[in-house]
Formats: sequence, structure tokens, C-alpha cells
Amino acid sequence: MARDILLAGVILAGFLGLEFTGLGSSGLLDFAIRFAIFGLLAMSLNLLIGTTGLVSFGHAAYFGMGAYSFGLLMQSGGWSIPAAIAVAILATALLALVVGALCVRLSEIYFAFLTLAFQMLLHSLILSWIGLTGGDQGLMGGIPKPAFWGIELAKPAHLAGFGMFCLLLSVVLLRQIIRSPFGAALRMLRDNPDRAGFLGLSVYRYRLAAFVIAGAFAGLSGVLMSLYVSGAFPTFAFWTTSGEAIFMIMLGGIQVFLGPLVGTAIFLLLNDWITALTEHHGLFMGTILLIITLGLRKGLLDFVMEWRAARRRAAP
Amino acid sequence: MELTELAECVTSLSCLVTQSAAGLTIGMLLFLVASGLTLIFGVLGLVNFAHGSFYMMGAYFALAAYGVTESFAVAVLAGIVGAALLGLVFERFLLSRIYGQDVLMQLLVCYGIILILDDAVKIIWGADFRSMGVPDSLRHPPFIIAGGVVPYFYAILFAITAVIAAVLAFGMGRTRFGRIVRAAAINPGMVGALGINTTLVYASVFAIGAGLAGAAGALSAPIRSVVAGAGVSILIESFIVTVIGGMGSIGGALAASLILGFTRSFGSIGFPLFVEGAMFIIMALVLILRPSGLGGRRGS
Repeated sequence: MARDILLAGVILAGFLGLEFTGLGSSGLLDFAIRFAIFGLLAMSLNLLIGTTGLVSFGHAAYFGMGAYSFGLLMQSGGWSIPAAIAVAILATALLALVVGALCVRLSEIYFAFLTLAFQMLLHSLILSWIGLTGGDQGLMGGIPKPAFWGIELAKPAHLAGFGMFCLLLSVVLLRQIIRSPFGAALRMLRDNPDRAGFLGLSVYRYRLAAFVIAGAFAGLSGVLMSLYVSGAFPTFAFWTTSGEAIFMIMLGGIQVFLGPLVGTAIFLLLNDWITALTEHHGLFMGTILLIITLGLRKGLLDFVMEWRAARRRAAP
Repeated sequence: MELTELAECVTSLSCLVTQSAAGLTIGMLLFLVASGLTLIFGVLGLVNFAHGSFYMMGAYFALAAYGVTESFAVAVLAGIVGAALLGLVFERFLLSRIYGQDVLMQLLVCYGIILILDDAVKIIWGADFRSMGVPDSLRHPPFIIAGGVVPYFYAILFAITAVIAAVLAFGMGRTRFGRIVRAAAINPGMVGALGINTTLVYASVFAIGAGLAGAAGALSAPIRSVVAGAGVSILIESFIVTVIGGMGSIGGALAASLILGFTRSFGSIGFPLFVEGAMFIIMALVLILRPSGLGGRRGS
């Protein structure tokens, strides 16, 4: 235990150090937008992994779907941003419904790699349907951002504010979902699906519902991403994006509600820092990931919470 | 969609022979990767998401050995041995720590390994596409069977993969080691109680699995481009094979690999843009109609 605490302390000190080195800092607004995008992606994925116990390795499919459908709608002209966002989220939820209907009844292992496989199908579809998506060049030509309700998303400050608003709204909604009887049922499915089935819950329907909800929130984060980069690229739907989302969750912790947000912040800082220092990005990220996974065996916040709980128990 | 061309091809014997030969070769290469994946899962209970990386490393090792020795045999051997040794190192130091843990742990550790290997390859061999090209010693005129063209190198590939598959089947089915491995898959505690070193069994099974992936990578280095990250697409196809064939079933993996090989070779004539989609449709059908796969036991 003492060794684990030391390790956690060293890692935390490292992260705190990062913040003050100023390396790779690309502006607070920029960071806020990216934090909103990836924080939302990580929070939505944790509804599956942390709450429902479904380890999806294909979550970026819905991220990409949201980005592409929003981008295409806006480029077709005649759509206001709120309407396009709503339709993009609906389209993403529909995709999640189709994939989920096939995947959620499977065992844990099949589920992980079938979600991954369907994501790669979407990725190869984006690459080969050049007429619609622009292939590996991505959705070029920029995305028009007409002002609505006095919000001009072409301005970075407005976009950051809008992103933060979306993140906050989604976090509140997700919290309501998790705190509701529906959320309690999801946690029960995670802990003991057989017992949930005996009590008369339809394991399939609850899992599918969670999968679609998580997909819809990922779609919203994809929309924000396409607003941020003014386009959409095949890497959004590539498996590395899913891997990064899982990495963020792992960094923060899966059992604490806001853990994924902490993880996102750490991941983004780490990412900027490593990118500024070296081009061997994967080598360092991979090593850090292995140290945390094999060393702590849980996310940082999970670790802190358990440590505090253990200390409270030890106190007389 | 050029379905009329597909119909013409299926009715003409020469085209049938050509495409079948290609399908067999592609299928057998896929089988090598997928059998390693299913073997590791069957015995170790570990989904090796990093399996494609061993395929990629096999190709790079072969490329390096071929550059030095100009011998295809040495290159393939280097691919197999290199990937197996690398697998051994990763199994001992990383993966053996997460046996019996949940899928999330396995996924994260494998993701870390993929990141590191992809970057290591870029550092050592550069980020460009590389290709070995068919070795001069194996450049012979193609076989003509019933008017169909079968490239000489494809025939060689098929022969080598068939030999490896036969050795694998014999080794797992008929030898003492194979019986131990099969027993360890069912009840490792009992195997250990009988005085057999299960740690060694696990390590060697992982090395064999990685070696099989490395073999496929080395063998396909002359006909496919070698690049960092090349393992992912073959990993996805191996997953599809495991779903169609049934998890842990070597026979099912063979049948499924050949089905996908033929889908790829004939699909490239009939529906070139939809080959991957067709594979997924086959997989979805198997999932709906027979969720345990072609070779899997029901209820597993």
C-alpha cells in the first residue's frame, strides 16, 4: 500500500509540475474547447463502462458520426445550427441503436471487439465513400457557422462558452440519468446481470438504452469537434480515438462520477506536454498508460477515494 | 456493383481457378493470425487486442532479415522467431499481470503495447510504406490450371501456410504438449496440481500465438505494403474470423478464414467497394443465427 501511495504521489506531482512549466500551452480558450469536447466524450463512454459495465472499444464511431452528420448538414446549407445539432444527435442515436441491437446481448469480450469492429466498418466507409465524405482528406471547405440566438460560434470565445455550456448541460443530464431508477438498474446490470434478469428487468433493453444514450452524447461531442476544427476527418472514427477516450477514463477513474473529466484534463495536459517535447508521442503515452494500469490498477480518483475510505476505516 | 462480371467469373472455369487460388492464399494467411488469437484466448482467457502488432512486427523483422541475407526462408524464420520472442517478453512482463482481470484491464494494457510498438517501428524503420517485393529466387512463371492463372508465389505461400496449419493441428491434437495445453484451457488449477508448470505453458502458448501472427506478417511482406499501424486491419479481420468460427475453435477459425478469403477474392470482382461490408454482413448473420459461431459449442 505504501508503495502504491508513493507511486500515486509521484504521478500527481508530475502532473502538477506540468501545469506550471507552460510547455505546449495553446491558450486557455483552446484548452477549454478541447476539454469540453473530450470531457463530454469521456463522460458519455463512462456511462457504458463505469455505470453499466459494458466495455465498448468502439465509442469513437458515434463521435465521428456526430461530426460528419453535423458537418454534412451544415454544408448542405439551409440548416440552422440548433436544428442541425438535433438532427446529428438523432442520426448518431440511430446508428447506436443498430450497432447496439447486435452487440449488447453478447458476452463482455465479444462486445468489446464487435463494437471495435463496427467502428472500423464506419471508418472504412468514410474512407471509401469519397463523393460524400471526401475520403481521407476529410470534410473540406469549412463548416458555415451562422449566428443563432446572438451566439456567433465563429468566435473562439463564443465557441468555448457554448462548448462548456453543452458539457455542463450533459453532465447534469447524465447525473440525473445515473441517479434515477433507470441508472440504479444499470448499476445492477453491471454488478449482477443474472439477478437483474431474475427480478424481471430486461437486461437487453436496459443495456441497449444505455448504449443509445451514451452514443447520443458522444454524437454531441462529435458535433462540437466539427465546429472546433471546421470540418470532419476520418481519424474521428478511427480506433485510436476510442482508445484515447478509454485512456482518459482510466486516468481519472471509473467509479467516481466526475472522474472522466479529471482524466480528460490530465490527458490533454499530458498530450500537449509530450507533443511539445518529442515526436515519439505513442512511446510516452503508451508507457504512462502501462505504468498507471499495471501500477495503480485503477484510475487516479478511484485510487484517492479508496485511499481516503481506507484511512477513515483505520481511524478509531 | 459489377454483379454481371461476378456471374461471368463464376461460370468461367479459368476465372474461378484464379480467384479461388487468391482466396485460398488470403484465407490461409488470415488463418495464421486468427488461430493465434483464438489459441491465446482459449488457453489464457485473454483477448489480445495487440495481436495485430505482432503481425506487423513479423513483417518488419522479415524485412530486416531479408535486407541482410537476401533469403526469403531466413526472412520468414526471423519473422516467426522475432515475433514469438517479443510475445514472450510482453507476456512475462506485462500481460501475465492481468490474467483473470476484467476486459477493461486487458484492453488498456494491449492499447499501451500497440502505442509503444507502432512508435518503436517508426523510430527504427521510419514511417514510410515499405515493401519487400517478391524475392528473385521465387520469381517463376505462374501455373496455368484449366486456363486460370495461379502465381507461383501464391502457390508457395499456400504450401507454407498449409504446412504450418498442419503442424499446429498435429501439435495441438496429437502431442503431449498439445494435451497439456488443452487441459490447461479447461482446468489450469488441476494441471498445476499434477506437477506441470502452468506459467511455462501460458508463456509458450502466448509465444506460439505471437509467432503465428509473425509468420503471417513475414509471409505477406512481399505482397502487401509494410507500414506502422498495419496490424489493425488484420486484427479486425481476425476478430470477424473468431466470431464466425467460434471463440477458441481452431477448426472453426480455418473455415471462417477461408470464407473471408473467398469473400475478398470474389468480392473484389463483384463488389469491390463493399468487400468489407460483405464480411460484416456475414458476421452479423452468424451472430444472429448461431451466436456461438460455426465451430463453437452451443451455450458457451
